[in-house]
Amino acid sequence: MSYLLILGAKSDIAKAVAREYAKNGYDIYLAARNIEELLPLSQDINIRYEKEAKRVIFDALDFKSHQAFYDSLDPKPIGVISAIGSLGIQEKAQNDFEKAQKIIETNYVGCLSILNIIANDYEQQKSGFIIGISSVAGDRGRKSNYIYGSAKAAFSAYLSGLRNRLHDANVQVLTVKPGFVNTQMTKGMDLPAKLTAEPEDVARDIYKAQQKGKNVIYTKWMWRYVMMIIKMIPETLFKQWF
Amino acid sequence: MNLNSWGNYPIIKNTVFDYTDDLFNILPLPSIPHGNGRSYGDSALNTNIIHTIKHNCFLSFNKENGVLHCESGVLLSEILEIFVPKGWFLSVTPGTKFITVGGAIASDVHGKNHHIAGSFSNTVVSFRLCLPNGKIVTCSHKNNQDFFKATCGGMGLTGIILDTKIKLQPIKSSSINQITIKTRNLKETFEAFEKYKNYTYSVAWIDCMSKGENIGKCLLMVGEHADDGHLTYKNETKFSIPFNFPSWTLNQFSVKLFNMLYYSTDITQKKISLDSFFYPLDAIRHWNRIYGKNGLTQYQFVLPKEKSYEGLQKILGKIASTGKGSFLAVLKLFGKGNNNYLSFPTEGYTLALDFKIEPNIFNFFDELDQIVLEYGGRFYLAKDCRIPRKIFEQGYPQIETFRAFRKAHQLNDTLQSLQSKRVGI
Repeated sequence: MSYLLILGAKSDIAKAVAREYAKNGYDIYLAARNIEELLPLSQDINIRYEKEAKRVIFDALDFKSHQAFYDSLDPKPIGVISAIGSLGIQEKAQNDFEKAQKIIETNYVGCLSILNIIANDYEQQKSGFIIGISSVAGDRGRKSNYIYGSAKAAFSAYLSGLRNRLHDANVQVLTVKPGFVNTQMTKGMDLPAKLTAEPEDVARDIYKAQQKGKNVIYTKWMWRYVMMIIKMIPETLFKQWF
Repeated sequence: MNLNSWGNYPIIKNTVFDYTDDLFNILPLPSIPHGNGRSYGDSALNTNIIHTIKHNCFLSFNKENGVLHCESGVLLSEILEIFVPKGWFLSVTPGTKFITVGGAIASDVHGKNHHIAGSFSNTVVSFRLCLPNGKIVTCSHKNNQDFFKATCGGMGLTGIILDTKIKLQPIKSSSINQITIKTRNLKETFEAFEKYKNYTYSVAWIDCMSKGENIGKCLLMVGEHADDGHLTYKNETKFSIPFNFPSWTLNQFSVKLFNMLYYSTDITQKKISLDSFFYPLDAIRHWNRIYGKNGLTQYQFVLPKEKSYEGLQKILGKIASTGKGSFLAVLKLFGKGNNNYLSFPTEGYTLALDFKIEPNIFNFFDELDQIVLEYGGRFYLAKDCRIPRKIFEQGYPQIETFRAFRKAHQLNDTLQSLQSKRVGI
């Protein structure tokens, strides 16, 4: 029995990832603060793919609980994906430090806290894979979401360093940078159809990239080039245009 | 994101809301539930739309009696993928598998076995309905009957179907033994339907180009689940229509298709897959684009059995003489109807014709409406984008019961579609 641990299992991307991995033979730990809402998904995975989907309580912001949380998992997962994330509201966060802090802690500190624990274990076991869902928003800060973006930038840098460190231990670290995805997080936004992925597309991309041992992926794939161009724009112009 | 219906007509700018528990606290009203957008016209369109498609979890399955409990956004195609390999099939299925279970209930859809199994609501054990005031009602054939009868066929106008229990039927094989019968005119077509009425599944493709004594020439396809063979299932998407076709391609395409099939068969028997038998058009993704950028509509009505022959002669004659639109039409003999307030099927022959939206087409429909009414027929809301109120209401004797139900539960001002406003339901 091989378990995948999904942190932040309530999101639309997490739901699609859970199904994708279960379809490919994995049992799943669905970890979230409120596991009651995850009952339908765990039943669904059980019926669709005849795989276990155990719900486990996990609070990304309760850092002190993370070690006990990981210790309680039996059997241990052979891979973990962090789908923890919250966009927050930029205008509120720039005027209210507590809101900004929450965005940073949710999108970065909480992820770092739990992944440190898992990374240490995987390093010792010399096996396992770690997937972090970051964001294209971390590639360059923009006024509309730079607090969220800065947390994601930190997370991307963290994953990059972790990958470097765990290479010798044969532990794969995959950074996922989604562009626009049609989810709860983006509802109400007027997203361009050609650049917008469905959660199921993102999940398929993640599974494929992880199986192939990739390091960093953008999804949809064209975001790699969109961001390449955006990153090339000189700061003098960027600050006026965006 | 803007949601359209399958016909791409009409098109209306809308705001889309995901169904969540606290939705009705924030939702601008009126609004209308929307599944996978496969109804043809304006049944699920309004400026505010409640999208149910993401609620697609299977909740339980009873291997003893085949009862599946699932959320209402589950697509029929998902049920097939998971349950055909386990030896179960939908008890009633329409001609596309890309609809949600909630949509199947709201339109009380029918399939090729209506004369044996009735419509979709006959396979529904129960469902939970969320009213705009937040109250949740559990409905079945026995409990909250009035909610059940109003909701099945009620076009989403009674609330949001949250989840449902439906009964699947056991199958031994994922193949269908199909017999195709060729007829030369409407008389032969009717005789063939009667002769093969004991077959579980039956449907006919009518050639609408035929005139005079050949009116009603058809290919009748009947089928039974095979007893032998394996239980495998895969989605058979053959190709996708990448963009809207120029509209002149349609006629040549469908005429050729029919002739090819007609002249290559006499009475033939063959074993075919579930997808080929039930969902031939689903193999072509975005087939609605064949009708061009102006969109399409389907004109579907049913005539009482005793008047069907005369009525269809007249209607098919009129279509052939004007040469408008549809060259392929689907004919089906319904069995007895049910007691739901607005369910479409009633005993008799139903004809469904596709038309592309073009100038004057609506005047032509008005003329056809008169013939349908003359013969005591009724129209199918799931396909409709234009039926006038006066014409619509004559076909549904329980329409006042439905209206009174909506009023009694304060649904009038909260749940509305473009269609419900037009036909006054």
